[in-house]
Amino acid sequence: MDRLIELLPDFWQAALETLYMTTFALAMAGVIGTLIGIGLYVTRPGGLLPNRPVSILISFLVNFIRPIPFVIFIAVLQPFTRIVIGTGIGINAGAFAIGVAASFAIGRIVEQHLVSVSPGVIEAARAMGAGPWRILLTVAMPEALGPLILGYTFIVVALIDMTAMAGLVGGGGLGAFAQVYGFRQFEPVVMWAAIILIVVFVHLVQTFGTWLARRIMRR
Amino acid sequence: MPIVSLQGVTKTYPTTARDGAPVVAVDDVTLEIAQGDVFGIIGYSGAGKSTLVRLINALEPTTSGHLVVDGVDITTLSERELRKVRGGIGMIFQQFNLFSAKTVKANIAYPLKLAGWAKADIEVRVAELLAFVSLSDKARAFPEQLSGGQKQRVGIARALATRPAILLADEATSALDPQTTHEVLELLARVNREQGVTIVVITHEMDVIQTLATKVAVMENGRVVEQGDVFEVFSNPQNPASQRFVGTVIKGVPSPAEQASLQARHDGRLVTFSFRDGDSSQAQVFLDLAAAGLGFELVYGGINDIRGRAFGHLTLAIRGADAAIDATLKKIRGHATVTEIGSDAPAGTTSSEGGVR
Repeated sequence: MDRLIELLPDFWQAALETLYMTTFALAMAGVIGTLIGIGLYVTRPGGLLPNRPVSILISFLVNFIRPIPFVIFIAVLQPFTRIVIGTGIGINAGAFAIGVAASFAIGRIVEQHLVSVSPGVIEAARAMGAGPWRILLTVAMPEALGPLILGYTFIVVALIDMTAMAGLVGGGGLGAFAQVYGFRQFEPVVMWAAIILIVVFVHLVQTFGTWLARRIMRR
Repeated sequence: MPIVSLQGVTKTYPTTARDGAPVVAVDDVTLEIAQGDVFGIIGYSGAGKSTLVRLINALEPTTSGHLVVDGVDITTLSERELRKVRGGIGMIFQQFNLFSAKTVKANIAYPLKLAGWAKADIEVRVAELLAFVSLSDKARAFPEQLSGGQKQRVGIARALATRPAILLADEATSALDPQTTHEVLELLARVNREQGVTIVVITHEMDVIQTLATKVAVMENGRVVEQGDVFEVFSNPQNPASQRFVGTVIKGVPSPAEQASLQARHDGRLVTFSFRDGDSSQAQVFLDLAAAGLGFELVYGGINDIRGRAFGHLTLAIRGADAAIDATLKKIRGHATVTEIGSDAPAGTTSSEGGVR
């Protein structure tokens, strides 16, 4: 306990780093992942703008990246991270790697929720003379919004999980704090303090996401 | 000039089975729908009627043939031009297909926004439509808060928003209970009567055709097997498929099983008299029978009314001397359709599905 009090400034610092990485990665993956998901959705056979080659290409890319374990992915991505962020290590490099990995996961989630929009509703919009992009933006996306928010919430929880591994490239955060000061130095109190704070984060995010989705779906 | 005209329209889909023949959903259909008609298309599921209606508003491209809507051959148009055509054709659906994320008001406003109406005009038009379908108090409700009938009324308001000349109804009442079906059909009849909208009704329920349509086409295996005036098709269906559909709503000639049961329960010879307006009246038939001193009893049948025109089939058990009966039937046959039921009946033929023509 004394050790935890001693480390309190580092503890709060780590918490902020986790929040920062999660926010950064979410903003990045939210945009890129949604675009990937839309790409998968509109180009699929029978979709709004069916395009077999593009569909196969995006799908292959997603299926190629997704199965790579994040611990390995973060290292594999380092050369690319250096080009984009300027460095392969540190909190921004870690957040970037999380963002890239999460983009592909979000892509599939967005695709799945868009696909589950009733085809009849899409057909109704087509029957009124709406074009494909109009249908996507004014019908498909709003219809899928509730489930999409639950999907994003699910991903945020996974992001917080991934930030723990960003410690590998000097990313810091609560995960690294728990490992370095708690686990390796045989300080269970320090370790559990970090774990509990992560659980609190996850709980808050999940509660907010569920609340928002309920509001939008009105149930 | 017809508002919708199909000339040898065919729609095929590539088969899902490898090396199989393409699936022909609509097979060489030729028909004309006149302005102001309520045109019914009836068939079992898989008959191609839903595909046919989707060809009319170009949701699906035709494989071959000509399809003229409102004077324009839509088979020659680009996708962008087709969107305009679709905007001028309303459509309602079996599952209503309302936008669940939008309020009733926003659902009805959607096609108006697509058509580029000004905001103030949209307000006025939506209020007008809500009043027309008696849902003014539901403007802010979401679809899931409505009953099935209310949902379909929103669907109708939405489909009529841009004042289309044509309304396509794809099994619009098939998900509704009988009472609600009746209300929705009433509303559609009003749309046709008061606004002059041409309505194309797709259904597998003959009573929908009976209450609403003026013309009917019967579809089977992608083909139109019979079409014409509803009264003509109902009172004198030619095709076996038409006869089956008519048999679902019209109590006509007893089926073989019913004939056996009737014969077991009633003495005398069973004879069916078929009437259509323009033929001799039932009164004359009864007078002839009475004049010959024959005893008779009404055992089966009914008289139907389709938009003010009557037709029907009455089966009587006639008792008396055979010679007298034969003579009287011969006389009646001069002015009405007579069918004698039974093994030794020379008087006519009976079909197995309740249609004698």
